[in-house]
Amino acid sequence: MLYRETGQFKTSYAADQAVFPIRQDRIGLALILLVAFLLVPVFGSSFFLNTMMIPFLVFSLATIGLNLLLGYAGQLSLGTGAFMGVGAYACYKLATIFPDINILVHTLLSGLFAAGIGVLFGLPSLRIKGFYLAVATLAAQFFLDWCFNRLPWLYNYNPSGAIEVPTRMLFGVALTGPNATPVTRYLVLLTLVVVMTWIASNLVRGWIGRSWMMIRDMDIAAELIGVRPLPTKLLAFAVSSYYCGVAGALMVFFWLGAAEPPSFSINTSFQVLFMVIIGGLGSLAGSFMGAAFIWILPVLLRALPEMLGVTIAAATVEHVSLIVIGALIIVVLIVEPHGCARLWQTAKQKLRTWPFPY
Amino acid sequence: MRQRAIGEVILAVEDVSLRFGGVRAIADVSFDIRAHEIRAIIGPNGAGKSSMLNVINGFYRPQEGRIVWKGQAHRAMRPYLAASTGIARTFQNIALFKGMTVLDNLMSGRTLKMRRGFFWQALRYGPALEEEIAHRRRVEEIIDFLEIEHIRKVPVGRLPYGLQKRVELGRALAMEPELLLLDEPMAGMNLEEKEDMSRYILEVNEQLGTTIALIEHDMSVVMDLSDRIVVLDHGQLLADGPPEVVSRDPAVIEAYLGVAH
Repeated sequence: MLYRETGQFKTSYAADQAVFPIRQDRIGLALILLVAFLLVPVFGSSFFLNTMMIPFLVFSLATIGLNLLLGYAGQLSLGTGAFMGVGAYACYKLATIFPDINILVHTLLSGLFAAGIGVLFGLPSLRIKGFYLAVATLAAQFFLDWCFNRLPWLYNYNPSGAIEVPTRMLFGVALTGPNATPVTRYLVLLTLVVVMTWIASNLVRGWIGRSWMMIRDMDIAAELIGVRPLPTKLLAFAVSSYYCGVAGALMVFFWLGAAEPPSFSINTSFQVLFMVIIGGLGSLAGSFMGAAFIWILPVLLRALPEMLGVTIAAATVEHVSLIVIGALIIVVLIVEPHGCARLWQTAKQKLRTWPFPY
Repeated sequence: MRQRAIGEVILAVEDVSLRFGGVRAIADVSFDIRAHEIRAIIGPNGAGKSSMLNVINGFYRPQEGRIVWKGQAHRAMRPYLAASTGIARTFQNIALFKGMTVLDNLMSGRTLKMRRGFFWQALRYGPALEEEIAHRRRVEEIIDFLEIEHIRKVPVGRLPYGLQKRVELGRALAMEPELLLLDEPMAGMNLEEKEDMSRYILEVNEQLGTTIALIEHDMSVVMDLSDRIVVLDHGQLLADGPPEVVSRDPAVIEAYLGVAH
């Protein structure tokens, strides 16, 4: 009943091409943004922000990055973790070499380094596809992992081998470092993620996104329409790696505060890949759903016994939550192999026609 | 009736030979296509018809011969060159972008005509949005022409075969080509769908003046639609001429039906 588009007429192509052509969707988005920008910072505890919302936003951004490459351009990459690492180390080096420039500038610049590396490792994509390309990007993962471990210049010869985030201010407020409050870090992250999601949604709806999807769906036909495969694929690698790189920089500077090479290992690559698959290939909203599914759900499950006042050994909780998450992943993929985004689409379609079946 | 009379030679295939290893797909074939005409390429299976289209739009590089396209001689065409100078095509076994909607598939045909770069695309505001909407307007005209308004937001993969063929024609038309290559546009269609498709092909040719080269197995369609016919067999040119001449050519009859010896 609530979700009806009756009486909402589109009188221009601009209105028809809007991201949210239905009024209820626009209201929904406004509500989500209101909650995210106002209610969460006001009422969220620092535990809630630090363990759930901040990592969720970081992973959402990385998932959007990989989704642009895999879901839109159809190029399988297992180097996400490494590209995030490039962003993180680049941001660290920039922040220590040029301490006077604002950290936000560094964060956005660090993505460019990741984009460059991404393009380099995207070059094989002209010749190889699918699993073989995945193996080629795996090389990027291991090579960069090695660099993070073995090039002391990258972590400023810190004996612990870790990068530690210095305190950086904006308008007298600490943005990063030990003194930055979770609320500040959360708000900065949220703003960046919202803006970058908006840009990604613009890109994928124009000819750039269409040429990515053309390459994904039928590369021969795309070529005969005049899309040049190599520049198109490399642009996808560049944009995707940029998003991953910024996500990596944000991960260290606005969430962890310090990081070692294992933060950017193959495990991270797989984690982001699962978020893309669970969320839905080729869907930006799905990227958020996937990140929520893989990151927030386990944290909630682990906190559940305590909230209910039940005392269970920590190890048992950990194991049970792993089992439950694994089962849920299987259930989602059986019910809808195209991920949460498609489930949401189907649900909306059902709501529109309710109480009739179609 | 035709808006524009058949004009000069727009594309000439000169002594083209194409080999795949030891197999000669096309052997020393020459023919030309005149502006605004409907040119049919026929022949039995394996005659080299689709290979010929692939040579014309640059997907295959012939070992010998050359292609003269709009007065420019090319050793071989290139897909990008062909697409950007006005050659569009459809495929025998539909090559649509299955995950994209009908509208996006047609919009994809406009890719080369879109000028606004990365910066404006990222903002999708001002010039980029105006450009997008201008192209959308052109695409809607094609949607209207092909009578596929009701499916414009449907992903192509969910459509029945006949409609997919029509969408593929639409995608080629969205490129506003001068030369349209149609590879078996009526394969696997019923009579009604064939009539529809014939009507679209004729209208495109008559109203827009688009030159059309088509491969087709249905002889009645070919004889009715085309101005001139090239007949290939085993990669060799068997006959070339207007339908009434070609259909009486003994060599053509032999290749198609076989003759008692």
